[in-house]
Amino acid sequence: MTPAQVRGAGHGAGGTAQAVPPAARSSRRRARRRKDQWAAWAFLLPVTAYLLLFYAYPLYSNIDLSLKNYTVQSFVQGGAPFTGFANYLADFRDPTFVPALEHTLVFTGVSLVFQFAAGMALAVFFARHFRLSGVLRALFLVPWLLPLIVSASTWSWMLDSEAGVINYAAHFIGVGPVNWLTSPHWALASVTIANIWIGIPFNLVILYSGLQAIPGGIHEAAAIDGAGRWQTFWRVTFPLLRPVSAIALLLGLIYTLKVFDIIWIMTRGGPVDASTTFATWSYQLGFGNLLPAFGPAAAVGNLLIVMALAAGLFYLRVQRRSETQ
Amino acid sequence: MQWRTRQTKVRAVTTKTRRLRSIGSVVLALAVAGGVAACSSGKSTSASAPTTYTVWDPYPQFAAGSAWVNLLAACGKSAGVKVQRTGFDTTALTGKVLLAAQQGNSPDVLIVDNPVVSTLASAGVLTTTAQTGVNTSAILPNLLAAGQLNGKTYGIPIGSNTLALYYNKTVLAKAGIDVASVKDWASLTAALAKAKAAGDHGITFSAIGTEEGSFQFLPWFWGAGGQLTKLDSAPGVSALALWTDWVKKGYAPNSVINDTQTTSWQELATGKYAFGENGTWQLGNAAKAGFPYGIIPIPAPGGGSAPAPLGGEFVTVPVQKDTATYATSEKIVKCLTSAGNSYATDSTLTYIAPTAAVQQEQAAKTPALTVWIAAVQAAKGRTAANLGTRYPVISQQMWTAVQSALTGTKSPQAALAAAQAAAGTKK
Repeated sequence: MTPAQVRGAGHGAGGTAQAVPPAARSSRRRARRRKDQWAAWAFLLPVTAYLLLFYAYPLYSNIDLSLKNYTVQSFVQGGAPFTGFANYLADFRDPTFVPALEHTLVFTGVSLVFQFAAGMALAVFFARHFRLSGVLRALFLVPWLLPLIVSASTWSWMLDSEAGVINYAAHFIGVGPVNWLTSPHWALASVTIANIWIGIPFNLVILYSGLQAIPGGIHEAAAIDGAGRWQTFWRVTFPLLRPVSAIALLLGLIYTLKVFDIIWIMTRGGPVDASTTFATWSYQLGFGNLLPAFGPAAAVGNLLIVMALAAGLFYLRVQRRSETQ
Repeated sequence: MQWRTRQTKVRAVTTKTRRLRSIGSVVLALAVAGGVAACSSGKSTSASAPTTYTVWDPYPQFAAGSAWVNLLAACGKSAGVKVQRTGFDTTALTGKVLLAAQQGNSPDVLIVDNPVVSTLASAGVLTTTAQTGVNTSAILPNLLAAGQLNGKTYGIPIGSNTLALYYNKTVLAKAGIDVASVKDWASLTAALAKAKAAGDHGITFSAIGTEEGSFQFLPWFWGAGGQLTKLDSAPGVSALALWTDWVKKGYAPNSVINDTQTTSWQELATGKYAFGENGTWQLGNAAKAGFPYGIIPIPAPGGGSAPAPLGGEFVTVPVQKDTATYATSEKIVKCLTSAGNSYATDSTLTYIAPTAAVQQEQAAKTPALTVWIAAVQAAKGRTAANLGTRYPVISQQMWTAVQSALTGTKSPQAALAAAQAAAGTKK
């Protein structure tokens, strides 16, 4: 390095820069640009390393697991043979596949509809700012704040066939006991109800904040034009909330597809397969048995990822279309 | 001129801050990368001349300072090394061990649930006792069998437990049941009917869709003469028909379908059940239950005791790259399973010792354990008879069949036939 460059690098030497000839200045600029580039790469490095390490690599291993025939032996010692889509085919042929797919769709669909409807109703209700509305709204967040193990265990106690409080209450209104968690007809309904309860606060918060963003003047204008409450909601509030609703539904879909803890704690996916979804089936295959079946478990996991991805792409497409309109 | 100088000054200052910033970011990036590298090269010391030996166990309930952790430390000290112990939830341990073995990071000593031993052994994770020189001669053969595969032994039991029937003396007295009359399935069913007639529940057990459900069903299945390799034979079907009948008639609550052994115990602890099928490990809770209790072995259909499945853990030595560590690991294993320590450990865990000598000591000091000692002596390992890794596949089909029959989806015969078909096609 020449002394000029050293000085040019700027050790607080105020008036020296103008004395440097133009050629040196441009090379110095290039050096600076290179330095900036290095800085840019340095900034990129942590996030890239993070993404590769914690997202790309696990995803890659999961795909790798699903395409090879892993036994416990080859899992430890390596050398599992590549079997293409054999694990996926085995999953498709498994008697659990069709029920699990149906349960996943029903569980997700019903949960989303009821969570969203209840969240919307509550959001509109709380948007009126009556006395104590803040306190009540905070209370509605409780399901969200509780650890899932606590809320799922509580639901499972409440729904117990013998000692559950829900059957006890049903007894007083003259309804016979229902085997909520142990009947193949009710198990899926029970876990869906619990999941709806847990999902309401999320929808409430998102939709409530969406409502806050709608200027009050629009509602006033609608009222002046003679729109009733019902008309105001369906013709003004609801269309204006559409982007927020789409986000709430998409995130809700992704969260609900992968719900595992509630079902596992309440029913273990049972009795037999009565409340098994893809998420619990994947866990059952990989970890719910003394002898893990990693390949088929990873294949089910990948199917879940594909389902969530498809929903995400669908959302992007709808959003782009609404933007171009 | 004046203006220009000032501008240059400003530029010089921004250059300086930018440079500082870029240096900062490089440092940060290096720190992150270094941190990651440091993490990934975390445990490599134990491979070459370790002074710290790692021990994994499925007893997370024991914290530092507990008798168990102190024993581990003492055994390490007597072997001349420092023991670093980690307690895992038993259901998480199999996966953790397989992953660790894949990464060449296995613990030096592993204490693991007995039906998992054959799975880990077939994965090549465990050494045989012949390799490490662990002496198993004092262990009762039926207990050791749970850790054997293809004629080789892969560990030594630290203690055993099994199932029996707890009964509530108050409920039995109220219903007019003499427990001495309960000798076979018919007399047990008659007793359950009496308890129900007196306004209480008959029996509670765990028929959940996990390994626990199979574990609880096995005494009835084996007691009837069922074979795991032929699930749908007549004796096996009769055992499932017994359970199904109890649930259908209300002798057992419908909730057993979703009960773990813990929630089943909680039902018994309400004081409204005559009988509860549960394990040795509940003895401590039984004393606190608030009602007088007794224990009888699970009866076979025609009288006598049914063989119950064996519970409890094995002490194993996972395969290491550096085989020189085995000598020290053997010392730790020997210390953990020695007669004196075995008595203390099994008292803490409320387990039955795996050797006849220590069992005699337990019976002498705690006469209430006699029933359990007899039950453990008659117990069978689930993976024994060289079932090995076929057991988990069979077990899953078995608990599924139990659930199908108890929910009324299928008849016991049809449920077990489907289970046998499914277990037969899967390896």
